[in-house]
Amino acid sequence: MLDNIAILVAAPQFNVQLLLDGLFIGAIFALAAYGLALVWGVMNVKNLAQGEFVIMGGYIAFGLEKVGIHPILSLIPTIIIMFAFGWLLYVLIIRWIIQHDMFTSLLATFGIGLVIQQALNLMFGPEIQTLNSGLEIRYIMDGMVTVSEIKIVSFVLCCILALIVVLFMKRSRMGQAIRATSQDARAAKVMGIDTERVYAFTFALNAAICGAAGVLISMIWLIQPFYGITHSIRSFVIVTAAGFGNLPGVIAAAFGLGFAEQYSGFVLGAEFQQATVVGLLIVILVWRQMQMARSRQVVK
Amino acid sequence: MKKETMLQLGILIFGVIAPMLIPSLSFQISILWLMILFALTWDMMGGQMGYNSLGNIAFFGFGMYICAGVQVGLYYDLAEYTSPFTTINATFTPDQYYTGLFLGIIAAAVGCVFIALILSTFLFGLRGPYFAIGTLGVALAAGELIGAWEYIGAGSGISIPVHPGEAGEKTQLFYYLTLFAMIGTFLFVKWLYGTRWGLAMNAIRDDEEKAEAMGIHTYRYKSMTWAFSAFFLGISGALFGNMTGFIEPLEVAFPTVTFGIFMVAMALLGGKGTLWGPVLGATLFHVVKEVTWTYLLGWQWVALGLLIVLNVVFFQEGIMGWMARKWPERFGLSVDSHMSRSKQSEEAS
Repeated sequence: MLDNIAILVAAPQFNVQLLLDGLFIGAIFALAAYGLALVWGVMNVKNLAQGEFVIMGGYIAFGLEKVGIHPILSLIPTIIIMFAFGWLLYVLIIRWIIQHDMFTSLLATFGIGLVIQQALNLMFGPEIQTLNSGLEIRYIMDGMVTVSEIKIVSFVLCCILALIVVLFMKRSRMGQAIRATSQDARAAKVMGIDTERVYAFTFALNAAICGAAGVLISMIWLIQPFYGITHSIRSFVIVTAAGFGNLPGVIAAAFGLGFAEQYSGFVLGAEFQQATVVGLLIVILVWRQMQMARSRQVVK
Repeated sequence: MKKETMLQLGILIFGVIAPMLIPSLSFQISILWLMILFALTWDMMGGQMGYNSLGNIAFFGFGMYICAGVQVGLYYDLAEYTSPFTTINATFTPDQYYTGLFLGIIAAAVGCVFIALILSTFLFGLRGPYFAIGTLGVALAAGELIGAWEYIGAGSGISIPVHPGEAGEKTQLFYYLTLFAMIGTFLFVKWLYGTRWGLAMNAIRDDEEKAEAMGIHTYRYKSMTWAFSAFFLGISGALFGNMTGFIEPLEVAFPTVTFGIFMVAMALLGGKGTLWGPVLGATLFHVVKEVTWTYLLGWQWVALGLLIVLNVVFFQEGIMGWMARKWPERFGLSVDSHMSRSKQSEEAS
């Protein structure tokens, strides 16, 4: 462990590599986490199947590649398929858990995640997959740092998608309805907003965002049917650290998580990468709770 | 005799004679006893105290590893025993085996109590769904960290000392140990719910702030109740590790997505917050699972996930809750017929 830190100090190029990778991967984490914050904030449903949606998006791109569609182009059909899937899931299950307590939503979405990962495992097999985008790998800084072009492409796509979603939420009629519902569902209903449809749209939008993130993940990283839970935990880490409705916070936390993961993977070893994510979750939950406990004491 | 006493006696008699009647199923039935134990210990926290934990399975894994560590560590160097590079000829005489097993189970139970007390210092600050996510995180982190710890075999696990007798004897021994552990848990839980402690737990579930205002030391009750459930889960882990004979961190010791979620599903299926609900739910769940498992041709996990979702979403009151609603008099709940009628017409309108 100390040796690895010594390497980082002696050869600063590795830092550049880790920071770049953290940036590229963190952008995708931000996308999935924004979806979670949306559903959490608007519907008060904590979606533990978030990571499974991401992985499912990746596998849709994987399936489309087999019929000859380039992974980058498969972004659009994946978004459409995942949107429809999210809507269906809302009508079948999520609709019934909104009025229940929050633990129900956790457990039910955990069950949904279980179904998705097992179904993916049966359909595509348990092997680790990655999609070849056909783009080249560039070397910078005397070949010490590798940057594959696909990572840059995915970063740009990520930014475009985020921009579209933000503009949609700000400008469009539906986006305004979603924001109104999240502020006060009852008042929104009185004002003539079909909140049921808003909820369905929100959940479907979340699934579509996750699907897009999954396509990008499948190109620059790895997908496997059982990797979903770590993605869910990542989204939870980011959202609990940033709080929902706080877009800059979500982006900052996502990049922070990306850097933290890259560094822990390098310093402690790859087997500790997942443990880092989960450890961060516990640390952030406890830290958040300490803050809340302080405000509780003021009330007393 | 009261009906409940008869039911308990019936289960006890079935438990004792089952391995003689149907010896081929005794492994399956001992898993059933463990499942009942899981559901009961989860319900202590989730049903009676309102702290829904998704990570109680961590104690199962800790118990398993502590027991294995004691069983091997008493006679051999654990690092050498688990190392993939050196092979030592490890044999255990019957004396060594039984001493190791006995001490291992005790160490597993006591160790888990301590781990629960340590974890509760920071986890019980979390409320509601945050507690569920936090405990889930603990269970996942435990699996990952133990999987990276070379001293206890990392990802390749530990092989448990082999039972010195014949194969049938081992199954029988662990059958009775699991039965004993289950009955012990049931009697403890039954006794606990009848005491002041049980009332305090229910008070915490119903309104924690008010309970605190009434002078109930909530933190002490919460952490000790978690420690009780960890005690029994530790024993169950120690037994299960010995039954399978080989333990490794992700699939056997910390099965968060299988046993970890089953225990919640079983308690909910039977009806949480009741004494018999978890027993009923676990029995039904395990029997249905074992009977239909082979017919579903690989889709059994999907079916199981769907079952959990349907159970949670549409049948949350559970069997006991449904029965209590249907026949309230049998559960000692008095119903004012006038009020219930007016309420029904209210709901209908």
